[in-house]
Amino acid sequence: MATVVSRTVIPGFGLTLGFSVFYLSLLFLLPVAGLLIFTLQMSWADFWRAISHPQVVASYKLSFGASLAGATINAIFGSLTAWVLVRYRFPGKKVVDALVDLPFALPTAVAGIALVTLYSATGWVGQYLQVWDIRIAYSEIGVIIALTYIGLPFVVRMVQPVLADFEKELEEASASLGASRWTTVRRVILPAILPALLTGYALAFARALGEYGSVIFISGNLPYRTEITPLLIVAKAEQYDYQGAAAIGVVMLVAAFLLLLLINGLQWWTNKRNGGAI
Amino acid sequence: MKISTLVKHLTLGTILAASSFIAVANTTILNVSYDPTREFYREYNQLFSKHWQAQGNTAPTVRQSHGGSGSQARSVIDGLDADVVTLALAYDIDALHNNGNLIPADWQSRLDKNSSPYTSTIVLLVRKGNPKNIKNWDDLVRPDVQVITPNPKTSGGARWNYLAAWGYALKEYGSEEKAYEFIEKLFKNVPVLDSGARGATNTFVQRGIGDVFIAWENEAILSVEQLGKGQFDIVVPSVSILAEPPVTVVDKNVDRKGTRKVAEAYLQHLYSDDAQHLAAKHYYRPSNPAVASQYASAFPKVNLFTIDEVFGGWTKAQQTHFNDGGVFDKVLESINKNR
Amino acid sequence: MTDVSVAIPAKPLVKATTEPRWVRYSLISIMLLFLSLFLLLPLSVVLYGAFEAGLRVWWQAVTEPDAVAAIKLTLFVLVIVVPLNAIFGVAIAWAVAKFEFRGKTLLVSIIDMPFAISPVVVGLIFVIFFGSHGWLGPWLQQHDIKIIFAVPGIVIVILFGTLPFVARELIPLMQQQGKDEEEASLTLGASGWKTFWYVTLPNIKWGLIYGVVLCNARAMGEFGAVAVVSGRIRGETNTMPLHIEVLYNEYMFTAAFAVSSLLTGLALVTIVIKSYVEYKDERKHKTA
Repeated sequence: MATVVSRTVIPGFGLTLGFSVFYLSLLFLLPVAGLLIFTLQMSWADFWRAISHPQVVASYKLSFGASLAGATINAIFGSLTAWVLVRYRFPGKKVVDALVDLPFALPTAVAGIALVTLYSATGWVGQYLQVWDIRIAYSEIGVIIALTYIGLPFVVRMVQPVLADFEKELEEASASLGASRWTTVRRVILPAILPALLTGYALAFARALGEYGSVIFISGNLPYRTEITPLLIVAKAEQYDYQGAAAIGVVMLVAAFLLLLLINGLQWWTNKRNGGAI
Repeated sequence: MKISTLVKHLTLGTILAASSFIAVANTTILNVSYDPTREFYREYNQLFSKHWQAQGNTAPTVRQSHGGSGSQARSVIDGLDADVVTLALAYDIDALHNNGNLIPADWQSRLDKNSSPYTSTIVLLVRKGNPKNIKNWDDLVRPDVQVITPNPKTSGGARWNYLAAWGYALKEYGSEEKAYEFIEKLFKNVPVLDSGARGATNTFVQRGIGDVFIAWENEAILSVEQLGKGQFDIVVPSVSILAEPPVTVVDKNVDRKGTRKVAEAYLQHLYSDDAQHLAAKHYYRPSNPAVASQYASAFPKVNLFTIDEVFGGWTKAQQTHFNDGGVFDKVLESINKNR
Repeated sequence: MTDVSVAIPAKPLVKATTEPRWVRYSLISIMLLFLSLFLLLPLSVVLYGAFEAGLRVWWQAVTEPDAVAAIKLTLFVLVIVVPLNAIFGVAIAWAVAKFEFRGKTLLVSIIDMPFAISPVVVGLIFVIFFGSHGWLGPWLQQHDIKIIFAVPGIVIVILFGTLPFVARELIPLMQQQGKDEEEASLTLGASGWKTFWYVTLPNIKWGLIYGVVLCNARAMGEFGAVAVVSGRIRGETNTMPLHIEVLYNEYMFTAAFAVSSLLTGLALVTIVIKSYVEYKDERKHKTA
């Protein structure tokens, strides 16, 4: 499938690529292919009916919309967090740095329970928002909060190493050429972190799309309104409708895959255009 | 190479771990049950162990698995090695027959009382002092009342809730159309639709959402007694449904494993006086009338109808109301349209 | 790791490559506020819930037999999952970073996919394969081999879910480091393995450790997929997250939070170890 384009003295191409492809195939491609084949056993009409029911479509809107919102929040505040962690000194920095990985570590169900404890009308934070008539738990905002939470580490951890390795000479050069600080950030630093930022964004988005455990506690799960797509997949499976569940699963899968492919393609393209700027 | 030996050890470890689950002695049985029965079966297993040993047998080991009734049934269909299942509704057990023929079609007539050694009913849990003055099902469709119930699509318990309300409306207003309108109004008042019964309890009790919670009687009493003493009252509606959580031996599994004898004894003993008292202790209504009469004060008399009388059995009720495109889907659709 | 706080000789340039004090402070504040809302508060809820009733209750909750069984199972799964995914991560990063080949973008996109697949669907996939009515189910049953509703099934879904973590850390790192050092070592006559152990591995050590830490954390916390394939047999196939759910559904909130705090603690400990090793290494470099 793959051919080496450029010659190199480095060994292990066959071994590493062979092993990687084998491992990926066995553990990932084969199961996913299985899912696709399983869905193909359905007739087109059945498949279409399963994935286009108004209730399902409403759940796509929520799942995609909230994932997009969560990933965007993460892109902004995640880059900011990475920047602060790399560039500034302040007490407790190490602790904050370690804390960023928390959403990976805490089981999603626990996160869901913790978030709803905080943001429900009787919760630590929710009771104060209640005064302003802002409802977070059991609304779309609750879904966005949960999805922001679980995607938070992705952007930070993608951008952080790039910023850390960023050579200050470039900034100095830019500054000595008379660029303002803001221009340097915008024109020199931002392009350098953009590929990593995009990857982080895509991963946060993709992860949010499939999230189940944390969201169901805080979303309210009202059909047509606050019901996410993974919950519908579970509901279908509970009714022994595995094909219907798999069909919706495939839709989510294809969407996520296209997105990741797009982002990786974009990254490859920017790398190429920059011609190895770093 | 160190790594390869490590991998070898690990593979070996996996195989050993896997095989330890294959080699089960034939007095070890697995009881696959639903969420609210944990406390009951924990005590019952000790009771049964004593009984079984008193008959001159070796001590049995009962493994327990608990989860949502529907997903538990699905696991058994997909290969979870249950010797007995003790679930929330007959439909979930029917599924074991319909998908994979694990049990015969007439499973429910094999044990007394529709194979339901303990029963319950659907009641209304309200906040202390009943501030919204909720007396009966009719109050649940008032526009100023918020109702908490789990989603009938994913929760077996919630299907009982739905059918209880439907059955009431049908009796009170006399037609299917009226009953439909009633259910639609009721679900319009639902602000949170949890996927499971215990999740819904937490929403009502811990989060303070809603004015009334439709619950199984045993769950409602548990909430009043243990979760929030003095914070809730139980309102018994004029009419409700007889909730029968049935039990059965999974024939295909017990015959393969050679556990039929102990599995059958396990279920049979649920009808013994000791077990019936234990069920009452865990707020289930004993199916033995003699034992039940001793707890008459704990379980108020309700005018109960059965699912067979009103809905023609679970299979029919499921098809009409809860399957895709069924009545409940239509209810959701029209609520969405009129929002 | 590059030391970012390295002194820069020319004074005016220092100013030009940082921000005014008020900007710095407000950025730090915004970040801290954001992280407090999303990370610190949920963590506090867990810790508060866990220790509210006192240390003794906490200890009872985590030493109760079912909890101990869940902890053991979770650790057992980790011992299998983490090394396998680490080896995979190194192998694929090597292939992607050191060589040019067609289909690379596709391959890299595929690596991220397990992040994107809903855990619920992951569980479903393996039920389709290994369930009684699945493709391999009847054969497995005939030979009395248990995959789902037993430990192997749990291992497989967690392998799947944590597949990308090490690879994800190493690929960008190794891509950035390029291949000059390895090429030099090889040209000087070192063998491929030697070059890997003495040149590449020290360079990627932090990325690798970090990837392992994340893989570890995520493997411990995996819930949705495990829930589908575990069968939830108490004391046998309940992992820590499933046990937490059990406790929560039993209205034993304190115990649920206690086990959660233990799980979080385990994850945080690995992160602290990583930070410590990193710090020691930095010092060694400075004194050298």
